[in-house]
Amino acid sequence: MKASIPQIARILTIAGLSAFVAVGCAKKVKETPPPSNPVDTTTTAPINDTPRAGAYTPADLDSDACLRQRVVYFDLDQDALKPEFQAIMNCHAKYLRDRPSARLRLEGNADERGSREYNLGLGERRGNAVSSALQANGGSSSQLSVISYGEERPVCTESNEACWSKNRRVELVYSAK
Amino acid sequence: MWGRMRKNACRLLLPLLLLPACAALAQSRGGLEIDIIGGNAAALPIAVVPFGGDCGQTDVGGVVRADLGRSGQFRTLDPANLPERPTEGSAVAYPTWRMLKQDFLLVGRCVSSGGDYRTEYELFDVAKQQRLLGFALTAPGGAMRDVAHQISDAVYEKILGVRGAFWTRIAYVTSTGLGREAKYSLVVADADGFNPRTVVNSSEPLLSPSWSPDGHKLTYVSFEGGNSGIWIQDIATGSREKVTNFRGINGAPSFSPDGTRLAMTLSKGGNPDIYVMDLASKHLTQITNQFSIDTEATWSPDGNSLYFTSDRGGRPQVYQVSASGGSASRVTFDGSYNASPSLSFDGKKLATAQGAGNVYRIALMDRSTGSPRWSMLSPGSLDESPSFAPNGAMVLYAAREGRRGVLYAVSADGRVRQRLVLASGDVREPAWSPFRQK
Repeated sequence: MKASIPQIARILTIAGLSAFVAVGCAKKVKETPPPSNPVDTTTTAPINDTPRAGAYTPADLDSDACLRQRVVYFDLDQDALKPEFQAIMNCHAKYLRDRPSARLRLEGNADERGSREYNLGLGERRGNAVSSALQANGGSSSQLSVISYGEERPVCTESNEACWSKNRRVELVYSAK
Repeated sequence: MWGRMRKNACRLLLPLLLLPACAALAQSRGGLEIDIIGGNAAALPIAVVPFGGDCGQTDVGGVVRADLGRSGQFRTLDPANLPERPTEGSAVAYPTWRMLKQDFLLVGRCVSSGGDYRTEYELFDVAKQQRLLGFALTAPGGAMRDVAHQISDAVYEKILGVRGAFWTRIAYVTSTGLGREAKYSLVVADADGFNPRTVVNSSEPLLSPSWSPDGHKLTYVSFEGGNSGIWIQDIATGSREKVTNFRGINGAPSFSPDGTRLAMTLSKGGNPDIYVMDLASKHLTQITNQFSIDTEATWSPDGNSLYFTSDRGGRPQVYQVSASGGSASRVTFDGSYNASPSLSFDGKKLATAQGAGNVYRIALMDRSTGSPRWSMLSPGSLDESPSFAPNGAMVLYAAREGRRGVLYAVSADGRVRQRLVLASGDVREPAWSPFRQK
């Protein structure tokens, strides 16, 4: 039972990666313009108006299997990012690189055990861990903000590990796409 | 008929009132028992005779009886078992009360005149056949519960030599709904849960209410506006001020004993540290500077030092630091997790939320005799937010029952607990007020 969430996450991650690869390939096949054209457009047009080949667009937030994953889960009293969430960090960092005007709010949360104020600190640590991972992958700190809700916004209110593990999370919320 | 009225009253009041309020109401009229858990064999037997005359809508004797029973220090006699019901000293027959093995006897009566009520009461020592107290209080009908709590305080202090804390208030946070749909309220009520009044409503989380030393203001954390911020609000007028709005966490506010400074947690420096704000100038002094979570500062009674939670040693423990900064020393060594320190008025007792594995209980560290002695005040398993009564005799805390939060008041010896349940939703973050000013 305990392994179920990481397992699901792993399956989703693999699915996400393959979908991402598929989307990338499809775009390349579709466009294939003469090599001189993209050079001209990138030098004359603003970046936001003409996405580069393979670059994410806001529509991908709803369709891309990796970008659609916006929750990162943590172990008890831990703020270390688990390896299975690295792929999600990669695709969201790429989105931030592709979309310099995008803004991402990282909402840190904790489970109900322990003190509420301490859990505010723990939620912030988790938010900071996700922020660091996104920056390590090329996201800009100016695009990222961290807010901790501690244990004040549970998604599940039963007092057991299955529920607690759902509440120990950072939610990725795009305030500008 | 009487029973039906009582039931209806409770049903009407349920959405607004704490359940034990109804239980107490019922008990005071000779019906249901109050929700008290445990007992104290050493409790002093006292008979509180129903007050005579016209006390308006309030059963003054019943309120006093419930107060004294709740304290764990007294064992009260069921009014149904009273052979006599004297309402003044001249009608007291000592042999009757001695036969009932009562140490003390409280009688009283009210007289109404023009909307006000004059309440006279007398306390007797049964063995000594001596009157210990004889006083009168005058108040409007709406304040008769206040009168009753003040009588409880006087009886408590006369017999035990310790100031009573029945005529005080509690603040707490309630929430209904889940996740982004949740609604939060900050509520102030009498110490027995009666007269609840919502002072803040919000669709964003509210937490950590704390009283000003004069009892007129509350400071608390609100997420309104999208991030945590620290507010100070006047309870009577409702006027309020946002005192911090820094990037990151703005949390755990606590008034200094003289009311001029506010200790708080800010993470604007990158991680949560303790700061002290001078309220007149808004000048901030950073007290701790560590790569750890430092939070939940509370003042020593003399205002010279702060007790706070820090995980600088790995897991959360309570530390002490000078209120002007400097190096901190660790205070708690029992239990793998100690957080949310609350100090008694004399600084000798420290209550914490103590964790071991998945069990969190309220623990009490007593430093009045040499090396610290620990005792457990609550059974767990998810107890938090201890708050001492201003006389140090009881501790209020929050617990989980099923999917919701409830409050308990426990005597500082851990022997008697009383449960405060909201009809719907969660109750948490209790804070006991200072003594009220007469």
